[in-house]
Amino acid sequence: MYQLGRTIKLAMKSLLLHKLRSGLTMLGIVFGVFSVIAMLAIGEGASSQAQEQVLKLGATNIIVVSRKPAEDAAAGGSTFSPLRYGLTREDYTALSGTLENYISGVVPVREVTLEARYRDHALNCRVVGCTPEYMEMNHLVVSRGRFLSENDIRKLANVAVLGAETALQLFPIEDPLEQTVQIKNRAYRVVGIMEERTASAAVGGSLSGQDFNKDIYLPLDTFQSRINTSDVIAKFASGNFSMESVVYNQITLKVHNADDVISTAESVREIMEIKHGRKNDYDVIVPLELLKQADQLRNIFNVVLGSIAGISLLVGGIGIMNIMLATVTERTREIGIRRALGARRIDITQQFIIETIVLSGTGGVIGMLLGLSTPIAFQGIKMVVRNYILDTAGASSEMGKMFLGMTPEIAFWSLPVAFGFSVFIGLVFGVYPARAAARLDPIEALRHE
Amino acid sequence: MELTAKLVDMHKYYDLGSVVVKALRGVSLDIPSGDFIAIMGSSGSGKSTMLNLLGGLDRPTKGQYILRGKDVATLTDDELSAIRNSLIGFIFQSFNLIPQYTVLENIEVPLHYRPGYPAISLKDRRWCEELADRVGLGDRMDHRPYQLSGGQQQRVAIARALVNDPAIIMADEPTGNLDSKTGEEIMETLKKLNLEGRTIIMVTHEDDVAAQAKRQIYMKDGLIAGEGIFKG
Repeated sequence: MYQLGRTIKLAMKSLLLHKLRSGLTMLGIVFGVFSVIAMLAIGEGASSQAQEQVLKLGATNIIVVSRKPAEDAAAGGSTFSPLRYGLTREDYTALSGTLENYISGVVPVREVTLEARYRDHALNCRVVGCTPEYMEMNHLVVSRGRFLSENDIRKLANVAVLGAETALQLFPIEDPLEQTVQIKNRAYRVVGIMEERTASAAVGGSLSGQDFNKDIYLPLDTFQSRINTSDVIAKFASGNFSMESVVYNQITLKVHNADDVISTAESVREIMEIKHGRKNDYDVIVPLELLKQADQLRNIFNVVLGSIAGISLLVGGIGIMNIMLATVTERTREIGIRRALGARRIDITQQFIIETIVLSGTGGVIGMLLGLSTPIAFQGIKMVVRNYILDTAGASSEMGKMFLGMTPEIAFWSLPVAFGFSVFIGLVFGVYPARAAARLDPIEALRHE
Repeated sequence: MELTAKLVDMHKYYDLGSVVVKALRGVSLDIPSGDFIAIMGSSGSGKSTMLNLLGGLDRPTKGQYILRGKDVATLTDDELSAIRNSLIGFIFQSFNLIPQYTVLENIEVPLHYRPGYPAISLKDRRWCEELADRVGLGDRMDHRPYQLSGGQQQRVAIARALVNDPAIIMADEPTGNLDSKTGEEIMETLKKLNLEGRTIIMVTHEDDVAAQAKRQIYMKDGLIAGEGIFKG
């Protein structure tokens, strides 16, 4: 142990003798370790972002959504007969009835994009017919006033709750509360305004992003009777007249016990299969399954990014070996002197291996410190991307949103791993030069000029 | 008479691929304890090979070299290293100090390789300082070799050779790179060490330096050609 300390001190001394050379040699390892940590941090950041998105959907939720079937499969898609698809009242009854024991709540939702007006202000918003549970299920927060209540549903009240953006656009000056908005020529009293909420990005390709800011919430039954009359909504948009008949866009089931989510999801799929068969006009989304996918995605990310960064560590190691071989040649005479004074082969081997490890280990420590600055460095990259690369359209695209919304998270396990790997690299690439040094014939080495 | 070393028909061949160079071709010699030998000869006579073998840096191809009762040819590389460390002190023509070390650190080097690797104690350090003092470098202990004159460097080398209190001192042209006055001082030191009872084996080609040894051995073509002073 004492001897090791002595050898390390000796190695430091030799390395400090050529500060510039040692520094440059270390750079390879410094950047190698830095990139391993940075890559893993970015991977970790991306996956935790995805996880967060999934968790926003609720880990115990099962979401059944209506999907417009492909054109050719659509029955009665002519201009005058409405396109009929999606979740029905029977689905709702079947789901809530069959799974009664496993679920603690069923929330049906109907939504459609319509124009809302207040005086001369107009805005195309997503009009959502929902129940009071909708707020909790989507983790929405009321800013002022209140959200829809059970009473509103029962009384078919003509009330509306506005999303933050909607409120701002329709009521730039006035206080929206207790004012009236018009949707399809009917008036609704504003009872609440929601807190602004960052738009969620798409998750794993199976659920598109949602922007809750441009919403207007109406009590479900009010919506069904006044807007979705006879389950048909006719729209006249950009010169096209279209009719579609959808009862619910979405039914969210909240599973009582987290352990039952996967099995309940299976039952939901079976029920939907029986009800809809080959119509293929629905999707079942299970956030918990997505969460598992996100986990797998993270592992893939980590492996791929980690190996790319590992290559730079390898290159750093080769650089170190190169310099150590040159050092051995340069110090042949010193090796000869030590051998003559009684150093065994193993002593020489040890000396040079330790020297290499000290070199790579120091590089590892510096790389680690640099790695810790990844989040700050990433802010800089984001700034460049936002200002010089992405245009407005790009920034609002799913990719852009995902990139800008991401913060790298340093995986703390990656610090010791990257450092250990740098020491290991020093060991591996130090062996050959050290053995070359030890193999020198002492007489030849002493004669070396 | 106690023998420090005994050479019996010792051969050393170097295989250079196409030719085999016979550097030593049957050397026999007795070296009693406390002897002071000067090995002489022109270049290529085999005197350097002889010194390398005597110093335990190499093993004979044929014949025996018995050092303190042990046949060197049968020793492993590690055992030879241990012998060089504890039994033999080396002094070279070109001093061979480690350039990045101070005087004191250079003197300490053999202590690092003592068998069993004991820690360098305060006592060891004081001993090194005493040696530096003895060779007249007590006030330059933290100087580096390039800050010293040739004679001073050689005196550091002598102090280093003495640090493990060896019985034998091997000196390879110790005065070769020094002016005659400094060379004289070094020879005085060697003679003093001989008086302390150490065996000294020295290679030189200068007659007046060789004349100060107890015995002179003249080598030619890998054989001992004779003893005593040879002119020319």
